[in-house]
Amino acid sequence: MNTMMKVLKYQARDAIRSRWLIAYALFFLVVTDALLRFSGDPVKAQLSLVSIVLFVVPLVAIVFGTVYLYNAREFVELILAQPVDRRQTYCGLYLGLTLPLIVTFVVGLALPFVLNGLDALAWGRLAALLVAGTVLTCVFTAIATSIAVKCEDRLRGLGAAIGVWLLVTIVYDGFVLLVLAVLSDYPLERATLGLMMANPIDIARVGLLLRFDGAAMMGYTGAVFLKFFSGSAGMVVATLALTAWIIAPIAFGVRVFQRKDF
Amino acid sequence: MRTPSLLRPGAAALLLSLAAVTTPALASPVGAAQQVVNVSPTGPVRSIRQALTMVARGGTIIVHPGVYSDTTIVVSLPVTIMGEKYPVLDGDGVRQIMTVTADSVTVRGIAFRNVGVAFTEDLAAIKVVRARYCSISDNRIDNGFFGIYLQEAQYCAVVCNVIRGTHASDATSGNGIHLWHSRDIVIQGNRVSGHRDGIYFEFVRATHVHDNISMGNLRYGLHFMFSDSCDYEGNTFRHNGAGVAVMYTHNVRMVGNHFTDNTGSAAYGLLLKEISDSELRDNIFSGNTSGLYADGATRLNAHHNTFINNGWALKLQSSTEDATFTANNFAGNTFDVSTNSRSANSTFRGNYWSEYQGYDLNRDGVGDVPYRPVRLTSVVVARYEPALILLRSNFLLLMDAAERVLPALTPETLADSAPAMRWVK
Amino acid sequence: MKRPLLQIMNVCKRFGAMDILRSVDLTVAAGRVLAIVGPNGAGKTTLIKSVLGLTRPDAGRITLMSTDVLGANAYRASIGYMPQIARFPENLTGAELIAMLKDLRGPTALLDTELIDCFGLEQALDKPLRVLSGGTRQKVNAAMAFLFSPELLILDEPTAGLDPLSSSVLKDKILVERGAGKTIMVTSHIMNELEELADDVAFMVDGRLAFSGTLDDLKRVTAQTTMERAVAAMMLRDCAEAA
Repeated sequence: MNTMMKVLKYQARDAIRSRWLIAYALFFLVVTDALLRFSGDPVKAQLSLVSIVLFVVPLVAIVFGTVYLYNAREFVELILAQPVDRRQTYCGLYLGLTLPLIVTFVVGLALPFVLNGLDALAWGRLAALLVAGTVLTCVFTAIATSIAVKCEDRLRGLGAAIGVWLLVTIVYDGFVLLVLAVLSDYPLERATLGLMMANPIDIARVGLLLRFDGAAMMGYTGAVFLKFFSGSAGMVVATLALTAWIIAPIAFGVRVFQRKDF
Repeated sequence: MRTPSLLRPGAAALLLSLAAVTTPALASPVGAAQQVVNVSPTGPVRSIRQALTMVARGGTIIVHPGVYSDTTIVVSLPVTIMGEKYPVLDGDGVRQIMTVTADSVTVRGIAFRNVGVAFTEDLAAIKVVRARYCSISDNRIDNGFFGIYLQEAQYCAVVCNVIRGTHASDATSGNGIHLWHSRDIVIQGNRVSGHRDGIYFEFVRATHVHDNISMGNLRYGLHFMFSDSCDYEGNTFRHNGAGVAVMYTHNVRMVGNHFTDNTGSAAYGLLLKEISDSELRDNIFSGNTSGLYADGATRLNAHHNTFINNGWALKLQSSTEDATFTANNFAGNTFDVSTNSRSANSTFRGNYWSEYQGYDLNRDGVGDVPYRPVRLTSVVVARYEPALILLRSNFLLLMDAAERVLPALTPETLADSAPAMRWVK
Repeated sequence: MKRPLLQIMNVCKRFGAMDILRSVDLTVAAGRVLAIVGPNGAGKTTLIKSVLGLTRPDAGRITLMSTDVLGANAYRASIGYMPQIARFPENLTGAELIAMLKDLRGPTALLDTELIDCFGLEQALDKPLRVLSGGTRQKVNAAMAFLFSPELLILDEPTAGLDPLSSSVLKDKILVERGAGKTIMVTSHIMNELEELADDVAFMVDGRLAFSGTLDDLKRVTAQTTMERAVAAMMLRDCAEAA
């Protein structure tokens, strides 16, 4: 077991017992259960959950991640005072933060459905929601970790975290819509797809659209869109883009972390 | 749901025994017309054409198993042509296989294949021209250009045929069941796939289309124009290139049909164009890019239909006037209703909307606040098509919420004033 | 001087416009207790962190037992560090924290659990750190530093927050370890306490090493009889020089 796994092991133990994570799991348990109860229809509940997952998961991952790592500063120093490698420590910290978030998310979201029982369609959609939430968690804790090591000042760090979240969640899509409206006379298919791939929340969202709104997505007249959505090419591009969104912040964070003075 | 035609199994057995009785007559030279003529690849009568010269009016030709390849068979006298174990009539890809020009012709139990493809002529497996009382049932048609073609026919039944095209291009593919200037026809229990249009009507009257399955056709599962007073019941139209199109027609009755999985930018579960005084009831629209597209559907009465998991459940063009939508179910659609105008001239009442977020304080099953099914997103998408990719984005949800509070772009009057809280049975 | 365990050579560190360490040269002899003293912001903690590799010097060399420490990791197995602030993950227990250190350091021959026993920590180790008092956390912090019997102990304000009894337990332990040939670097604000412990004194001010030598030397140079007075005299002299 290398340093990464060891750091991961103990940090995850700490994080998963945190009140905030327990609250996070409860949030999804309550919301999912309430949606199932009030709608009486798993498909309808899942449709509502699409927006909730896309909104809440990145927010919690980036804010909780940043705050948690600021609070763990002395813990990190203690680890680094041991004979350990910084790169591995960083990865351990990242995973020790990410895995508990994923576990709480998955349990909170899936448990009510499992207890409720589902048909095949709903299972597929639940799986898509879980995958999207998991990947978004990975992306936004990666960003949180790099912010926490980059910004010494925790207030600025928290500001940066919320700023990033606002940007990718809301502002960016407004910008895209503006571009589409202003340049509506031009063929924008490729550009639009490119813009989507540049934002992790949009990638996850488009992935969910294929599951939840496949019929509507087939309404595109553009061949590029159709090809993207109906073939495996879109899947491959989206996976690559998301991977980049996880790897890039980690790579940046590791670089900063290796040179960081505590 | 087997054939209701003249020939029930008992009758068939009787005819077969008749055939057995008359068989010795085959040995004698052709003379008087015979009640039953047997055709088989190895027997004395080896073609239907030859048998037609021998059979009596109202008689029966029994076709035994084998592959028959002949010039186009013209049936010009009332006769029953009956296949045993689906003998194959092969058109070799060059000709029409059978032309019926006489009244009271029955064709059943025959496998037709390889009809010729022509660009100047509608070649078919069976073409009925100016005839009445025909019955075409239990046939299998593979690789027909057109399958069953009724031209100026009346009082005919087309029942339980299986018609499979080979899915070439629009140009090299005809329609599975094609009716032109015909009336009082029953089309029932057929399965049509892989053609240009599965079922095609033009200038047809008083015709019943029941319990057919039309799927995987290049263009429309059902396509009809100028065909008044017809009814369509219990049919399934699935996965056709453009769904179903109904145009320039009055008094259409469509009940209990399934319009399913017709996807594409120009695919509609059901396209209504210039239709008046029609009724849509108990139909299920599911998984279509557009469930129901109404363009100039005047006085349409749609009730108790279910729209589920469509891209757009309902696209209403402003040319649609006085349509009423009552007691329908709308669930899991990306967009419930979209329209190209801000003024609404259709009425919605008592429908169930899964997106409805209102409440029902007095517990009477009716929501206390109206439901406005046109979302801002659908207006945006209608104007800037690529914006569809921003669907369910938090930004658009914010805009939707703002629009709901202060409608600026969506039709204010298009609302269900009494939305149902529960699924309408 | 005896055999040098740790050598700090010409180490410089800037944070932004501030010079935190200005060309510090310091040799720490084995088997002795070195007290690092100086006013707040003098660079004591930065110097300690440079030895631990937590802070990377801009220039200079640091060797532990004649091997370069800069950019290396393995040498830290020979160091026990007791940081100034004992803030640990609040949902772990002391036992888990200790288990983590064991995991990170890999197999060790013998664990020195004397402090755990003397502090009476067994019960407290099974509780989440969040529910422990500041003093108890500091005891855990101390116990962890001594746990692996390291060659070099670096203690940053070790008695801060400890009650007098625990404080003297810890001081006894430091002296025992020195007796066993271990080297100890310790910072503190309480000079009386250091006087009991220190063999050598490094006096830092404004990032410079103003004095380095034995405690007796310090007293002689400043003509004072107690360490507190001697350090105060050093500080006064430094102020005068600056003026």
